[in-house]
Amino acid sequence: MEDTIAAVATAYGEGGIGIIRISGPGAERILSEVFVPASGNIEARKFTYGHIVDEDKTVDEVMAVIMHGPKTYTCEDVAEINCHGGIIPLKKTLELVLSKGARLAEPGEFTKRAFLNGRLDLSQAEAVIDLIKARTDRTFDVALKQLDGSYSESIVKIRNKLVDILVNVTVNIDYPDEDIEVITYEKLKSDLCDVKKSISSLISSAERGRILREGIKVSIIGKPNVGKSSLMNALLQENRAIVTDIPGTTRDTIEEQMSIRGIPVILTDTAGIRNTDDKIEKIGIEKSKEAFNSADLIIYIIDGSRDIDEEDDEMLSYIGERKCIILINKSDIRNVVDDSYIIKYVPNASVIHASVINGEGISELENIFEEMFYGGEVSQSESMTVTNARHADLLKKADSCIDDALSMCEIMQPLEFIEVDINRSYELLGEIIGETVADDILNEVFSRFCLGK
Amino acid sequence: MCNFHMGDYDIIVVGAGHAGCEAALAAARMGAETLLLSINLEAVAMMPCNPSIGGTGKGHLVREIDALGGEMGINIDKTFIQSRMLNTAKGQAVYSLRAQADKHQYHLEMKKTIEKQPNLDLKQGEVVSLIVENDTVKGVEMKTGAVYMARAVILATGTFLNGKIFIGHSVFASGPNGLAPSVELAENLRGLGLPMRRFKTGTPARCLGTSLDYSKMTEQKGDAQIQPFSFMNDELDKEQVSCWLTYTNEETHRIIRENFSRSALFGGQIEGVGPRYCPSIEDKVNRFADKKRHQTFIEPEGLDTDEMYIQGMSTSLPEDVQYDFYRTIPGLENLKIVRPAYAIEYDCIDPLGLKLNLESRKISMLFCAGQFNGSSGYEEAASQGIMAGINAVLAINGKEPFILDRSEAYIGVLIDDLVTKGTMEPYRIMTSRAEYRLVLRQDNADLRLTEKSYRIGLATKERYDNLLRKRQLVEQERIRLENTKVSKDVINPLLEKWGTSPVSGSVSLLELMKRPQVTYDKLSVIDTDRVYMPKHAADHLEVQIKYEGYIRKQMSQIERFKRLEDKRLDQNFAYEEVDGLRLEAVEKLNRFKPNSIGQASRISGVSPADINVLLIHLEKLRRNRNGN
Repeated sequence: MEDTIAAVATAYGEGGIGIIRISGPGAERILSEVFVPASGNIEARKFTYGHIVDEDKTVDEVMAVIMHGPKTYTCEDVAEINCHGGIIPLKKTLELVLSKGARLAEPGEFTKRAFLNGRLDLSQAEAVIDLIKARTDRTFDVALKQLDGSYSESIVKIRNKLVDILVNVTVNIDYPDEDIEVITYEKLKSDLCDVKKSISSLISSAERGRILREGIKVSIIGKPNVGKSSLMNALLQENRAIVTDIPGTTRDTIEEQMSIRGIPVILTDTAGIRNTDDKIEKIGIEKSKEAFNSADLIIYIIDGSRDIDEEDDEMLSYIGERKCIILINKSDIRNVVDDSYIIKYVPNASVIHASVINGEGISELENIFEEMFYGGEVSQSESMTVTNARHADLLKKADSCIDDALSMCEIMQPLEFIEVDINRSYELLGEIIGETVADDILNEVFSRFCLGK
Repeated sequence: MCNFHMGDYDIIVVGAGHAGCEAALAAARMGAETLLLSINLEAVAMMPCNPSIGGTGKGHLVREIDALGGEMGINIDKTFIQSRMLNTAKGQAVYSLRAQADKHQYHLEMKKTIEKQPNLDLKQGEVVSLIVENDTVKGVEMKTGAVYMARAVILATGTFLNGKIFIGHSVFASGPNGLAPSVELAENLRGLGLPMRRFKTGTPARCLGTSLDYSKMTEQKGDAQIQPFSFMNDELDKEQVSCWLTYTNEETHRIIRENFSRSALFGGQIEGVGPRYCPSIEDKVNRFADKKRHQTFIEPEGLDTDEMYIQGMSTSLPEDVQYDFYRTIPGLENLKIVRPAYAIEYDCIDPLGLKLNLESRKISMLFCAGQFNGSSGYEEAASQGIMAGINAVLAINGKEPFILDRSEAYIGVLIDDLVTKGTMEPYRIMTSRAEYRLVLRQDNADLRLTEKSYRIGLATKERYDNLLRKRQLVEQERIRLENTKVSKDVINPLLEKWGTSPVSGSVSLLELMKRPQVTYDKLSVIDTDRVYMPKHAADHLEVQIKYEGYIRKQMSQIERFKRLEDKRLDQNFAYEEVDGLRLEAVEKLNRFKPNSIGQASRISGVSPADINVLLIHLEKLRRNRNGN
């Protein structure tokens, strides 16, 4: 049997509505464990109103449906939950579903299953292959980039502790006649408790980290001295910052976390993008390009008191069709810039005239932003949320394996059964940092213990 | 020299060690006219290293060989002089049987069995070359000029192939135990373009038992209740002899350290790669410098000899140093060495050049087994031997190969590891190499394998009937345990004694067995209606009841695993035509030609994404074939 997978089937942020899709043999069971229909029961293939409930706490008000295979998209049992309460309940619901035994789907996995189970035509299969290809190139890259160094270091540390335990268990099982320390349940329990503590603290920091690090990515771009930093400060003053220093950012780009009209935003102030021979500046520009490329929304600032120059032309054409707000600054001095000239380059952009230093135009900017968000024009790119959800999911599963191992120790069950849970925990943590099991345990056995026939 | 034709066979087995014997017996028992050649008939089933069979993982292999209808289990049951079930403090999944063998008797009994086997000829002689036409092996040529033709040939040359012995700085061409090496064949195989390489192993000295002082050692006796290896033997009883435990000390290590320069291992003479799990004593002292002592078991080599094996103390130090350091060990102060320790280097094939049925990728109908494939150990050799024998017969009859996968047997793990992952050192099986260890137990090897073997014509009717009897016994007993209720008055005092909570009302024996503190054995005091069951059957029943949840979890993992194993890949599959496969994966897949998607997923350099791409490609091909 395949396992059961789940994911958010629509992008986050589009009016806060999202669909969670669950596919696989456990779909119906999982739905029944998280969803309480208002009428008391749910009929197959009928959208049913009710609530997502986590241990008596209502998470969201939703519509849900269960469809039995094979007449579904994936030919498996499929459940769908339409969440209405916005991003946070959507994520909570997904987490709840994962905690009931579903695994977060890989990109394209629903489609892959659909194809392998005999649905979809060949051209759609090509699309799945493209997705998988794209994933190979990018995913771990993206995932790893989002992990700041200390995070992946903690995972490595926990895994090393698990290796210590596993090596001892392995030697105890495979070399019963050797002159080695016999592993006791007391020792095993205390080692496992250490591991559990580390995982738990990582889980709680991951929860915190998620709130902090998620949001619409907005990148402020412009030539030097057009007022980027002033805009940043103005937005920050009005929208009290949640955090001011995010690790991993370079001195060339400054990232700030805030919420604008209640919408979480990550604001990046960049060094500006232009051609230069200066080495140090080049590095800064590379960073800016990165920020530019990953942004969900660009705010391009122009000094309205001066004429548009070649550099602006270049930048504007670079922005092209991207979601963009053009902010023509320094209206308090004068305005020599023609809106229609700008619109030629960036047909989708909204244009605002502002005097950032005097606080003029800021609320207009916020209005436009709010409209774009609720109109579904900008939304958070999914990767980070998905990655975070994946990590949290894996951490929790690793944690529950340690719980299982601990309770097996408690009733003094044989080592080889306990090993199964410890090993699984080790594998799950490995998935976070992209390391799957290899022969590393056996290698450690031989390097640490003196064994012979 | 003039060659002359000496006979035609279905199958020729080169080498009569543990691999060769099993290969030849399996082939002959499946009805193939078989010739078994050995450079020296005194070397048939010879145990040139430790005098024991079994141990962790290895004991599982012996039970599996037996379940398939092989000889190793029966032969050790006839000739053991001590038997112990290891790991009984842990769970049944890792119980491991080990027996001390009477080496000479082991050899004699195996030789007798081979001599009596219909369809099987045993001959002494040295094979110097393979006869190969159109990349297919056709026969072998002997040193004497004799030529034997065959439809398939199995190579099981062990440490004889281009063997070289090292004792200190003395180096000479030799097979194991001073027997003649096989040098010309090694050259011939390289000439044929087989991917050859060089491995190394070693053995400790043998000393006279009468020169030892056992009062300074700790006695290790055999088990009171002997558990046979073979499923054909329900019970065995015989007098057992003891092994003796003693330890090295700082003085031993000092002498070894001072003579590092005289060791062949550190002198740079040895080019072969040795196993990490079986290091020489100089290697142990060097690598684990802070370890104050190393243990050694003094083990008898047989009943009709006074020779004793000094376990764990293999070395390539010269004889005078061997004397000096062995004599520092308590009980060994006056030891007399009768055979010095030595290291031995030999040629073997890179097993990545083999298919899962142990046939060479390069030369068809050439099968390979045992140490020749880069493994180490009698049991590992015998496992491959029986599989090579079976597959050679199936191949000449144009039948599907007989392959055990990783979820079916340790033998499957062993062979899959060798031919899919390869090995950088002589390969030893360990229970931790098996992903599905909880299911691959030694108590159920017959339940896993005997029927399969019976269907291909190897396991006998008698063995198959034994299996059916066991199945029935276990099932009936399970039902009886479920239906047999005991009242709280009877059971609660016992439960209290065993340290577990009392019951209210009555409870079935089966329910009680689920408790960690309650065992089938313990319950016998209140359960007097039992019918006899062999120990392995009782173990099987107990583990199925006690660890039902874990077993079920593992079974469902196996189901998932099987789905990828069942997706077959054609040997001529054009990987370069698959859109989306990375170049590295294409290259590896073309080289390995995996049998299934499952095997492909274990090849290093093939990523999970590649596997997904392959799956989708296969589905596309299927649909194209079906015309939609």
